Amino acid sequence: MKIIVCIKQVPDTKGGVKFNPDGTLDRGAMLAIMNPDDKAGLEAALRLKDQYGAEVTVLTMGLPKAADVLREAIAMGADKGILVTDRVLGGADTWATSTTIAGAIRNLDYDIIITGRQAIDGDTAQVGPQIAEHLGIPVVSYAQEIKVNGNTVTVKRQYDDRYHMVEVKTPCLITALSELNEPRYMTPGGIFDACKAEITTWGRADLKDVDDSNIGLAGSPTKIARASDKVRKGAGEKFVPETPTEAVDIIVGKLKEKHVI
Amino acid sequence: MNLEEYKGVFVFAQQVDNKVDGIAYELLGEATRLAAPLNAKVTAVLVGSGIKNLADSLAEYGADRVIVVDDPELKDYRTEPYAHALASVINEFKPEIMLVGATAIGRDLGPTVSARVATGLTADCTMLEIGDFPLVAIPGKESEQKHNQLLMTRPAFGGNTIATIACPNNRPQMATVRPGVMQKIEPKKGAKAEIVEFNPGFTPNNRYVTIKEVVKAVNDVADIMDAKILVSGGRGVGSKENFKILEDLAEVLGGTVSCSRAVVDSGWKPKDLQVGQTGKTVRPNVYFAIGISGAIQHVAGMEESDIIIAINKDEDAPIFDVADYGIVGDLNKIVPELTAKLKAEIAAK
Repeated sequence: MKIIVCIKQVPDTKGGVKFNPDGTLDRGAMLAIMNPDDKAGLEAALRLKDQYGAEVTVLTMGLPKAADVLREAIAMGADKGILVTDRVLGGADTWATSTTIAGAIRNLDYDIIITGRQAIDGDTAQVGPQIAEHLGIPVVSYAQEIKVNGNTVTVKRQYDDRYHMVEVKTPCLITALSELNEPRYMTPGGIFDACKAEITTWGRADLKDVDDSNIGLAGSPTKIARASDKVRKGAGEKFVPETPTEAVDIIVGKLKEKHVI
Repeated sequence: MNLEEYKGVFVFAQQVDNKVDGIAYELLGEATRLAAPLNAKVTAVLVGSGIKNLADSLAEYGADRVIVVDDPELKDYRTEPYAHALASVINEFKPEIMLVGATAIGRDLGPTVSARVATGLTADCTMLEIGDFPLVAIPGKESEQKHNQLLMTRPAFGGNTIATIACPNNRPQMATVRPGVMQKIEPKKGAKAEIVEFNPGFTPNNRYVTIKEVVKAVNDVADIMDAKILVSGGRGVGSKENFKILEDLAEVLGGTVSCSRAVVDSGWKPKDLQVGQTGKTVRPNVYFAIGISGAIQHVAGMEESDIIIAINKDEDAPIFDVADYGIVGDLNKIVPELTAKLKAEIAAK
């Protein structure tokens, strides 16, 4: 079985977002991590590898430093890493990103493609289903559980008020939720392998069946009209009461003041 | 692509189990607002099996026309037959704007359809307006500025930044819209819409999946998006059992219990009670954040609440940065005493 896991390097928004003095996001000061939903997708792939035997290829698109997340994935147990990087691919929206990644994947053999549901920087949840659409394969989004039996994959697909147990034939694409599993840590042997591992780097010329009009900033149908850092609501009053009774009196007082009770 | 051919504001009227989802009415309300400056009609696209009877309610909430795609293959939501239905409607009827709810269905259907009809899609919008792109004409290139564009505003970076996005060269302009953000119109009783039945034909192919089982969450609780008072708990509540003290407080105030993602991940509460980026957006009159640290993903889903009261033992918890009233203290002592005191206050009236 061949599995491709698409991963993204994102700035860590947990543990505090850093701002510049002018109020814009200080992306340089934030740690770059493997996107959490993607890490769950990788873990799901590694579990399938443990259980059934599989070759796991991790693929990312980004700046050259995105190779770091590929090495991290290899240290966790992935077999190969492919970095898609090229100046002409920059500024891509989800359409241009998905056409690019689909163009890279057309060079590879696969049974299952796993992506995270969404990345914590953009939060769009669009790239996974769009890759499947470009490749003409079925997609099952929001996977909470993945089981494989021959060429049939059974997925527990989450909805707002229910889940479906869905059967899909390979080749297929599945988007993973971070609640799918608890990703493993890198192993010392894995880290050693990752240091030695050769990362395959592909550029624009390596993409298969992709038109120039569908890549990068120019090939993105959506355009940013305006971007701003959100002015957050300021903090209100903070109290450090001596006793629970004092705390209760403060809350009840405020609820009365605001005519809630 | 001849952009001029594309006319009208379309809404994907999500239904599940032959019941129209609230998001459909919210989108119709917004579509009605957007259609006015464009002089356009509002069309609802109703997709399912045995669903024709739902068209009238869509008319009451603002649809001038309802396109019904009714086929046995469309009984339960599956990406492929639904994407085929909606993409076929778009290719046949050529909408200028296509709105879809940012639900667990819409966030799968939207990207698939946008890729199929080759247009842009802006996810999880919180504000839509009609305006110019670029917002300000570039000097010397005034004639290149496009008017009557859909400007789509959405949070990104876990709610830390907002971006306004346009789709000037492709049609339809597609957006998914977060539930709970747009306003429904006051329903017009007895309003009728033009009904158009449309079936593009459904032939199962490799992209059709098989649903083996549908398991519904036991849902005996009110929708948290409708609640006036929410008593929301986080990891700090400590256990599934300890949510009892929050339920008691909610009961006394006539409110509803909700929770953070950590609580859902721990299996203490079901997903439909989750507030935040990957849960629901709520704006109650009063939001109690109890034992919730206040990760930005959570705050993004509740910061529009009128009054936010936070109880947390960690003085540095980020929730205090958005709370109107922050109480540093032990929730296990404060919450039961608060419930008792409120009970007494209300009884005394």
